[in-house]
Amino acid sequence: MLRYSIKRLFSLILSLAVASLVIFFVIEIAPGDPASFMLGINAQPDTVAALRTELGLDQSKFSRYAAWVGGMLSGDFGTSYTYRTPVAEMIADRLWVSLPLALYALALSTLIAFPAGIYAAARRGKAGDMAVMGATQLGVAVPNFWFAMMLVLIFAINLRWFNAGGFVGWDEGLLAGLHSLTLPAISLALPQAAILARVMRSALLDILGEDFMRTARAKGLSRRQALWRHGLRNALIPVLTIIGLQFSFLLAGAIIIEQVFYLPGLGRLVFQAISARDLIVVESVVMLLVFAVITVNFLVDLAYAAVDPRLRSRT
Amino acid sequence: MSLLNIQNLTLSIGDSAILKDVSLSVAPGEIVAVTGESGSGKSMTALAVMQLLPELAQANGTLSLDGINLLEQSEEQLCALRGASIGMVFQEPMTALNPVKTIGDQVMETILIHKAMPPARARQHAQEMLERVGLPADRFPLSRFPHELSGGQRQRVVIAMAIALRPKLLIADEPTTALDVTTQAQILALLKDLVQDFGMGLLMITHDLAVVADLADRIVVMRHGEVVESGTTQGLLANMQHPYTRMLFAASNHQVALPPAPAPKPLLQVKGAVRDYRLPRQSLFGAPGHYRAVQDVSFTLNRGERLGLVGESGCGKSTLTRAILGLEPLQGGEILLDGGPIGINQSAEQRRKMQVVFQDPFGSFNPRHRVDRLITEPFHLLDKPPTGSARRDLIAETLTAVGLSPDDAAKFIHQFSGGQRQRIAIARALITRPELILFDEAVSALDVSVRAQILDLLAELCKSYALTYLFISHDLNVVRTITDRVLVMKAGEIVEQGATEAVFTSPKHAYTQSLLAAAPVLPDLGKGADVA
Repeated sequence: MLRYSIKRLFSLILSLAVASLVIFFVIEIAPGDPASFMLGINAQPDTVAALRTELGLDQSKFSRYAAWVGGMLSGDFGTSYTYRTPVAEMIADRLWVSLPLALYALALSTLIAFPAGIYAAARRGKAGDMAVMGATQLGVAVPNFWFAMMLVLIFAINLRWFNAGGFVGWDEGLLAGLHSLTLPAISLALPQAAILARVMRSALLDILGEDFMRTARAKGLSRRQALWRHGLRNALIPVLTIIGLQFSFLLAGAIIIEQVFYLPGLGRLVFQAISARDLIVVESVVMLLVFAVITVNFLVDLAYAAVDPRLRSRT
Repeated sequence: MSLLNIQNLTLSIGDSAILKDVSLSVAPGEIVAVTGESGSGKSMTALAVMQLLPELAQANGTLSLDGINLLEQSEEQLCALRGASIGMVFQEPMTALNPVKTIGDQVMETILIHKAMPPARARQHAQEMLERVGLPADRFPLSRFPHELSGGQRQRVVIAMAIALRPKLLIADEPTTALDVTTQAQILALLKDLVQDFGMGLLMITHDLAVVADLADRIVVMRHGEVVESGTTQGLLANMQHPYTRMLFAASNHQVALPPAPAPKPLLQVKGAVRDYRLPRQSLFGAPGHYRAVQDVSFTLNRGERLGLVGESGCGKSTLTRAILGLEPLQGGEILLDGGPIGINQSAEQRRKMQVVFQDPFGSFNPRHRVDRLITEPFHLLDKPPTGSARRDLIAETLTAVGLSPDDAAKFIHQFSGGQRQRIAIARALITRPELILFDEAVSALDVSVRAQILDLLAELCKSYALTYLFISHDLNVVRTITDRVLVMKAGEIVEQGATEAVFTSPKHAYTQSLLAAAPVLPDLGKGADVA
């Protein structure tokens, strides 16, 4: 297990190094001078020159890459051109909204999907299965912003249980913060839960046909005991893959939902930064998201090994 | 007083009748073998006793264990019986165990699920059971996972699970079919020993009549869901009443007469062939290890000769076969066919000299192509493939040669039985008139009666087409009748080769001797089988 973890960790570091190189040089290769690009076509030459110096563009590529990576490692992401504030602070602020939102949505999605998938698999072909499958079909088909608008209509405008948008901030307390993230989290979670429930169901059905499930029944386990003791853990392997993919999406892809609920999250930050041509912010947020995705994949790899002993001994 | 008593059991799934009026019984300490070909209902009979039937199955009749009618028990009562009063061992040891749980946990589960002992005691009992089936604690601690064990060892774990609570009845469904002969002999000996030791009844399902004759006290022969004949092993073997039983035993021991091989003239020459597989690196910068699957193998296959290649799983015979087909690169030595080298990049010219017939008659055809297209696949190797009426004539001739009708050319593969599919596979191999055909376990998946027909077909083709072939098989009985000469392979090396009959009657190498000793043999049926 330790060997396996070290190997995965090594590949994580390697992936990060490659990703940082790619991000840096894509922006480098992009035609035109970043400074004049950021300032727009009407900029004065001396303003551009000043920005070039400020951005360090007059130095060699290698030393700029080293400075960028070195800065990120020490928590210095540079200064946003448009906001004139340190990028690290901006990202940290937004991360305090996006990360809890993603985790909240992931938790909801898992809490909905696991029971639904297990229930459907246990009642394959029966009314319960059909109902769950119908609902998940709907969940996959309907876009999440439509869910979001419906939730706002029902729970914010009619019932007045939640605010229609905005984030109160964690200073108001944990519950108040979670309360204001609930509707966005639900609208993010529903389509994800629908996909996850379908994966859970089909993974379990595959496992139910396995020989060792019949062995378990021959030992005297009831259908339900066999499903819980032998089926679930084996079915987790494909499910974990999907959970990993979903978390990466939830962190980076919540932009529309953040827009609908007017949440100050990472998605909106990137959106605004791109509109304002604030390359430093874009570069940093992209790197951060890459970091998050690779780290999640690393954790999923570790989870695989925890679930499946065959992986532990192979490497 | 019998332990298991089945009277007039009928079973149907939807409209199709699976079992018709099946009656049989098993007494304590008795081994009853149920035998028959695929589709005879023997496995369904076993599952009916376990009451682990497919959901829509409808069973009627009497099925009683120790006086309890199993058909009248609730699911809860059945769960209490399964594993405690009835244990079951399955065919596929590789998949019968949960891959993510330790063997200890899986054996303990049988004990704990029936609340037979407190956990600490159960752990100790599981250890004892594993020892009893030949897995001592020092080499096979409870913390082992299934993937760390071989097929035979896994089957021992499955047996330990099944007998942990000393059930009165043990059901074994083809328990050794997936195992090598030497492993099979050990597992059969273990089962026999356990039956005596525990006084269990054993209901053994198997298609292998040699195993049946070796092991069983009584035999039940089934066909199409019906019992056609049953009796004590001695009595039944000496005096078979039903023609189907006689056919079954005759087919199992089917002998063919091959035409004499022509004077030796080398066709395939394998010289010092070596095949290494790279193993994963042990450390980041260490050199990767190698696994030598084929080690310095040399032999010659003469034109018109029928050569057998036998060995247990993992001995390298499949790797060698792929190398001869030019699908695997060699790390040493060379393989010559008709004087020309064989390798990954061989020419079409060289490729058409050789064709192959695989084991699986179901998986080796594209289901969307018609038979004429399937069997003419090797035509792409020809410079000028026949077209129009020449093509039609060749297809018709080849289909006729393998015992099918020219009209079959327009059919799809799903319209044929397993035996017919294997005939089509032979037609595909034959159509370009190759110099050499490789039969890779080509009759292993077939029922005995079908297997006998295919062997007859091969003998016939040898006469009409002067075939040269390499027949790769783990089935010693088949190799004995269908080849002139045989190679015995072990751990990547050819340990013995010689004329087939000589090797079988007086094996020189210790491994060949143990292989032949382990193979169950059909008793000499004498006159009993001949009375038709």
